[in-house]
This record gives sequence, structure tokens and C-alpha cells, in this order.
Amino acid sequence: MRAAFERRRHLLDFAVASLLRRPAKNVGLIVVYALVVFLLASVMLFGTAVRREASAVLDAAPEIAAQAMTMGRHEMSTAGDVAALKGLRGVRRVEPRLWGYLWDSAGAANYTLKVPTAAEPGLTVAKGEAIVGEGVARARKVSPGKMLFLVSPAGKFLRTKVKAVLPSTTALVSTDLVLVEEGDFRAFFELPPDVWTDVALTVTNPREVTTIAEKASVKLPGHRFVTRADMIRTTEALFSWREGLALALLGGGLVAFAILAFDKASGLSAEERREIGILKAIGWETSDVILMKLWEGLLISLAAFLLGFAAAYAHVFLWSASLFEPVLKGWSTLYPRFPLTPEIDALELATLAVLTVVPYVAAIQVPIWRTATADPDVVMR
Amino acid sequence: MIELTGVTKVYDQDKPTRVDAVRGVDLTIDDGRVTVLAGPSGSGKTTLLTVIGCLARPTTGRVAIDGDLVSGLPERFLTEVRRKTFGFVFQRFNLIRGLSALDNVMLPAYPTGIAHAALRDRALALLDHFGLADRSRAVVETLSGGESQRVAIARALINDPAVVIADEPTASLDGARVEQFLTIAAELKAQGKTVLITSHDPRITRAALVDRLVAMADGRIVEATS
Repeated sequence: MRAAFERRRHLLDFAVASLLRRPAKNVGLIVVYALVVFLLASVMLFGTAVRREASAVLDAAPEIAAQAMTMGRHEMSTAGDVAALKGLRGVRRVEPRLWGYLWDSAGAANYTLKVPTAAEPGLTVAKGEAIVGEGVARARKVSPGKMLFLVSPAGKFLRTKVKAVLPSTTALVSTDLVLVEEGDFRAFFELPPDVWTDVALTVTNPREVTTIAEKASVKLPGHRFVTRADMIRTTEALFSWREGLALALLGGGLVAFAILAFDKASGLSAEERREIGILKAIGWETSDVILMKLWEGLLISLAAFLLGFAAAYAHVFLWSASLFEPVLKGWSTLYPRFPLTPEIDALELATLAVLTVVPYVAAIQVPIWRTATADPDVVMR
Repeated sequence: MIELTGVTKVYDQDKPTRVDAVRGVDLTIDDGRVTVLAGPSGSGKTTLLTVIGCLARPTTGRVAIDGDLVSGLPERFLTEVRRKTFGFVFQRFNLIRGLSALDNVMLPAYPTGIAHAALRDRALALLDHFGLADRSRAVVETLSGGESQRVAIARALINDPAVVIADEPTASLDGARVEQFLTIAAELKAQGKTVLITSHDPRITRAALVDRLVAMADGRIVEATS
């Protein structure tokens, strides 16, 4: 037992010494390898964290949103629609909402203008005031107390004083938001007083959301009813799609890594072959050589994996995945800047380790096995 | 005792580059004696040495050590025989570059699982015996030819083998170093070890300590004296 432990220790010692004997080659290998892990891990960490973040933020979204539709297009809801929804059994609260989009040529970005509802008591705005998302504040260089001027497509002018900037923790869904008072909103978009963009429903029993949405759709067949679960699913699908797109873009990196692994798999250098021959000649068994080289491969791949993963962790959770911003976040030109809550999915981590460590370690074993099983005389010649 | 019967060794057997390196050798090497395989370059003496030392398998024929047939053993068992029976001093020493003299000496004992401290002590004792105590930490590339050879000899002895094999040990040594090697060989003989040397150097072939001289040419034994 002790002899077996000592034998393994000796082989590990030799593997470490072997790596240190070729510092330039091995450091280069680790850097390239770590870069691949960094790219893949960044996408995976970001995708997981942003989906979780979106899910948490959308927990505050209405349980059901009712939108009037005409020929498949979103229309304004009327007072009659609101009254009909209030009559549904199981509906605790009905809140008509006002929101709309505005292309701001000054900021070269799309904003979402919205009137806060009674369900958002911390976000009240008076006439002539606005609360803005951090993306809007950044694009228009405004802060609390500063003036924000907006111009509608019809040429209407809205002059507001910024009351507050929304916290960056909600930036994923609020970066482009401008909250204004109802009268200001209606005047800016020239809306009559008895129409709303959609209607938010709160139900008595959350487990009956689907049933109530079905009942509502029978009562108002021209409406679309979107549940909170639908919104979360859509958001997750959107970020999964973006993650997939990013992974596809990283295909080049993966190909480069595959070439590197193939290069290692296709043969050892003359020096490495000679060394294996010497070790065999002086009494090392084939299994000793393979185990020693396995240690070498594991040390390289684990070092690269840890380095790449640590860098990806810092990139995603400390620097908000700034390298992948355009691909992963989207949002017109207003990329949200928000701190993601650090979270590591064990399954994804294991998958990443399997996808990067195992192929490399397996690839290098092929030429080693071929060399180590030959007679020492043949290998040393 | 090592016995070779009808041993041949052919390289690239079915290719135009076929080489018949050893052609039907029958030879007995007695224990505790110094045997020299002599002959010009290309005579097959090094190839025969690799077959005797289980570094290569004979193409045909039998090799037996103390009555046990080893030429047909699978690689795993052959390695064990090699480790327990033989210590090798290669012509170009074949030390592992980038490692210290001490590490090189310890290498053959790694698979035995000996405790690190004990192994280190044994290796240091050998290096000290060969006058290299102060060079134990030196990387082998920085050693002189004579020092490298003594490190190689220490490495060959770390597992206390019964047979020490040296291939052209004086090929790159000056006169004083040759004498030093002969002194070491005599010491090994005095310890009861079998010493098998290939050489075409008259300083070796005519040395007084040599018990048996086996002359080879064209892959065959042409003369054996004892």
C-alpha cells in the first residue's frame, strides 16, 4: 500500500519536474488552453446568471398581461375591456397600464416610456418628473435633478426633471425605461383618457393563472393573455439563443484548440520519445510511463481549466462580461450595466470540465501509449 | 548465468532496408565475470547487448537468465526482469536532460515504490562513492563527460542489479577517465556483479580485469577467449 503510494508520488514528482523542464512550451500551451476555457466559461456563466437574474426580476411582473389585438397587431385596451376583466372570478386586481416605445434620435436609442402603476409604490412620479433607467441616464448624461427633454414622432415635446435613476440591479429589464406621470404620457403620445396600452391582472390563487387566462380569453377573444411564466420562458429562450449564438461564434476557438489537441495526439517530439525509451530501458513499466504522462496532462489541463474559469468568473461577475456585451445583451444601443449575482451551476461546470479536460488528456495518451508499448531499443533508436 | 541460443535480430524484416544485425549467436555469460563484446562498428555487438539486456526481443532464438526463458515474456514481465536484473550504462549516457544528477540516479527506483528519503540517501551515497557528492544538484547538461558517465553508472546501480551492461563506455573519455572506468568495473566485479561491456577500444579489450573476450563481426561471434 505504502509502496504504491510512494510510486505514484514519485511519478507525480517526475511529471512536475518534466513540466518545469519545458517552461516556454508548457506555459504557451496553458495560455492557449486557458483562453479556450475562458471563452466557453464566460458564455456559460453569463448565460446561467442572466437567465437567473431575468427570472428574479420578472417575479415582479404581472401574473397576467392582457393585450388587445387587431389583425395580429397590438391595439389599445378600452375602458370596456377593463370592466370585462374586472368581472372575472378569481381576479384580485385589474390595473390598466400605459407604456410605449420612443426612438430617441438624440441618444440614438429606443426608450420604453411607462406610467408607474399602483403596484409599484416606490416609483411614483409627479407631473413634470421622470425616473429613468441607468442606460437612459448614461445615454442622455442625466442624473437626479437634471432636465430630460424628449420629442415624440409627432413633434410633441416633453420636458421633465429627473427624480431618480433606477438601480443597476434591475438594469436587465429597466435600462431603457423612462417613468413619467400619466398626464404627461397621454399628452406626449396624444392618447385619449380612456385607453391603455394593456391591462395587468393579479389573481387570487397563483396556481389558477392558466385557468383564469383561458377564461379571460373566452370573454375577450380579441385579446392576447401573456402569463408571467410565458415571459420568463421567453426571456430564458432569448438568452439561451444568444448563448448558443455566442458559442457558435466561439467555434473558431474550439477548432484552434482541436488542432492543438490533434497536434499533441499525432505524435511526440523526438526528445519526448527518447525520454520514454530511456525510462523504459531503466526499468519503468508501460503503466508507469502512461501514468506519469497522465499526471502531466492532468496538471496542464487542470491548471488551464482553473485559470480560464477564474478569468471567466472575474470577467462575468466583476466586469459584467464586457467582451460579450454586443452579442449577449442586445438592447439596441443601451446595453444594460448591472452586477450579476455570482452563481455557478455545478452541472455546467462539470460539462465544461468534461468538454475541455477529458478530450485533451485522452488525446495525449494515444501517442504515449504507442511509444510506451514499443521495445525501448526501438524507441531510443 | 545468461544463455543465448541461436539468437538472431533482424530490423525492417519485410522491407528493402532489412538489416540482419545478429545472425545465430550462441553464447553463455557466466556470473560474476567481466565479459567484453568486441568488434568494429556495425558488427552487431550493441544489438546483441540490447537483446541480452531485454531492451529488444530476438527475432528468433532463446535468451534465458538463470535457466528462466525471458525472450518470450510479455513486455510487462520483461520490464520487471530488466529492472531487477540489469543496470545500463549507455554509450551517450542517456541521462534525462533538465534534471539534476541526483534525480537521474533515483529514476530507475521510482517504480519500486521505495520511500523518497531512503531512495535519496541511497542515491546520494552512490554519487558520493563516485566522487560526485558536490555535483548532486547540478543539472546534467552542466556535467563533464567523465562526470556524466559516473552519474550513469550510479543510476545503473541504484536498484542493485546482478548484471551491469556498459555500451562503448570509453568512446568519449580521455585516458585518465578510461582508467577510472576500469577501476569502477573492477570494483563491481569484486562485489560479485556480472559486467558486460561492448567496446572496440584496446584499452578495454586488453585490460587485465577482462575475463572473457567475445569478438564479433557481421552479426556473428568469430572468436571467444576466456
